[in-house]
Amino acid sequence: MDVFAFILEPLQYGFLTRALAVTVAAAVVAAVLSCWLILMGWSLMGDAVSHAVLPGVALAYILGIPFSIGAFVFGAGAVALIGIVRSTTKLKADTVIGVVFTALFASGLAIVSATPSQIDLMHILFGNVLGVSTGDVWQVMILGVVTLAILLFKRRDLTLLAFDRTHAHVIGLNTRFLSALLLGLLALTVVVGLQAVGIILVVAMLITPGATAFLLSRSFDRMLVIAVVLTVAASIAGIYASYYLDISTGAAVVLCQALVFTVVYLFGRPDGVLWQAQRRRVVRTHSVEGRGAASSMAPVPASSARASDGAPGGDA
Amino acid sequence: MTVHPVPTGFPAGAPVLDVRHLTVRYDDVQALDDVSVTLAPGRICGLIGVNGSGKSTLFKALMGLLAPQSGSVELFGRTTASARKQGLVAYMPQAEEVDWTFPVSVSDVVAMGLYGRLGPARRLRAADRAAVDQALERVGLTDLRRRQIGQLSGGQRKRVFIARSIAQDAKLLLLDEPFAGVDRSSERTMTALLQDLRDEGRSVLVSTHDLAGVPELCDEAILLHQRVLAQGDPAAVLTHGNLARAFGPVYRAAPLPPAAAPSVVPAAASSPTASSPAPAPASSPAQSAAPAPAPIGKP
Repeated sequence: MDVFAFILEPLQYGFLTRALAVTVAAAVVAAVLSCWLILMGWSLMGDAVSHAVLPGVALAYILGIPFSIGAFVFGAGAVALIGIVRSTTKLKADTVIGVVFTALFASGLAIVSATPSQIDLMHILFGNVLGVSTGDVWQVMILGVVTLAILLFKRRDLTLLAFDRTHAHVIGLNTRFLSALLLGLLALTVVVGLQAVGIILVVAMLITPGATAFLLSRSFDRMLVIAVVLTVAASIAGIYASYYLDISTGAAVVLCQALVFTVVYLFGRPDGVLWQAQRRRVVRTHSVEGRGAASSMAPVPASSARASDGAPGGDA
Repeated sequence: MTVHPVPTGFPAGAPVLDVRHLTVRYDDVQALDDVSVTLAPGRICGLIGVNGSGKSTLFKALMGLLAPQSGSVELFGRTTASARKQGLVAYMPQAEEVDWTFPVSVSDVVAMGLYGRLGPARRLRAADRAAVDQALERVGLTDLRRRQIGQLSGGQRKRVFIARSIAQDAKLLLLDEPFAGVDRSSERTMTALLQDLRDEGRSVLVSTHDLAGVPELCDEAILLHQRVLAQGDPAAVLTHGNLARAFGPVYRAAPLPPAAAPSVVPAAASSPTASSPAPAPASSPAQSAAPAPAPIGKP
């Protein structure tokens, strides 16, 4: 049938199945990491690390070593540099991040422009997923599995770190090590993702899935599952859109993720803006006091909790 | 849960906390100046002072979160690091330090009290789940265990963190402004709970700038303003003269002598605080009883 033809046609090309494998693998790892990243408030850190790997990738091409080694060294180096500058000045974190990653990104551009014939800048910046080799696929798969395994093994510690760092410290956990671990895994995830969508758009993979899942979740494990399911769907849809509409693959994948976010933002339960608007209407027409409308975050049970405890909800 | 009437495993007679000549400076701001404090097992101590008096700094020093310029801090006769590793210390954060939108349930948070003694993946075994259940039961949150933490009232939120320290089986509880944003009936529930924990031999250090609950809850009090102004029995510490020194020009002579403070409690019970967890001066229980100290409750 037509539908089967629609689905199968792109898959007869080896380059497209490889693209699909790399994109889905990278998207899953990035989606899992993004759940912690957005809860830690480290979205900007994802932005910084992904841009900062540019000189590493460029040098790796020039030296003829695997690009992932160069990228990881510079990603981790950027994290360390940000940490050092932060702890030795009075500057705020976002300021330090901005200074460090633009400097590294610019030095990457300088290196690329000094050796124009060897490197295709556009491929590094925006990905070249249709040109990946079987070796690249293996590289992405191995790094992806390692990153994912560590993340899931330490997921409870990382969640505690994001939720209550002081408690983690007080019960004797090594919070510095856990922070460093999460940042190291961030660098690895960037390495995995830049093949698929390039270093500019990998930022979207590191933030959007977690943000979307956060809107739908009241528990962390559920958030992880939702992020992964939605990102896999968006990646596959993106690859197909890129094939049939003849648009950039990285752009199509990121646009699909943004589309999912938009749908959840509007229609997701219980906090989608349309449901909020409906609740306000219901409260206006049915409530005598109309006081409940003020608390946009408060779901129905909160009011009963309030009654049972005799305490205000405290919509912090 | 095993109940230790007296904390075990450390030198008999060692105080729960022993702070000697502690001095902390942030750049050119003197946060703590030659502070010496001790606390015996099985005592509840109120740490009283205005915002900026060094309460938070002292807590940070007790938790090993800052390096003092001089002086020493010992918990249970050992270093703070060693006490942390043993799971002896628990901390309840101020309401505004907690991300109430975080996707964790009540029982998830209580289970975090156990992480220090679990394996590297922090997988809960049957005994650990039982410890979580018992802690929830003790604070009366069993029915709400699956709630996301933001879906609780102010008083319930505080009890989640008390349950976490119960699950942890901590011997020293550090509570940072536990009664901010909590109504009087919840405050009474928490007071009874903390006194139960004290009767098991645990010690509690409560930082607060709300004087109303102190005589009712605490066995002793410390009045802090960079230096220790007074230390000992609450009635002896909360004198007009001491309070004027601690709260400065904001403090005017209260209509009631501090010794009579417990009797003022019911007077304030009628005004639950507004939706903000931070104590709005207008609705602080202290205000209606003793207008003087309340204005220091600036966020």
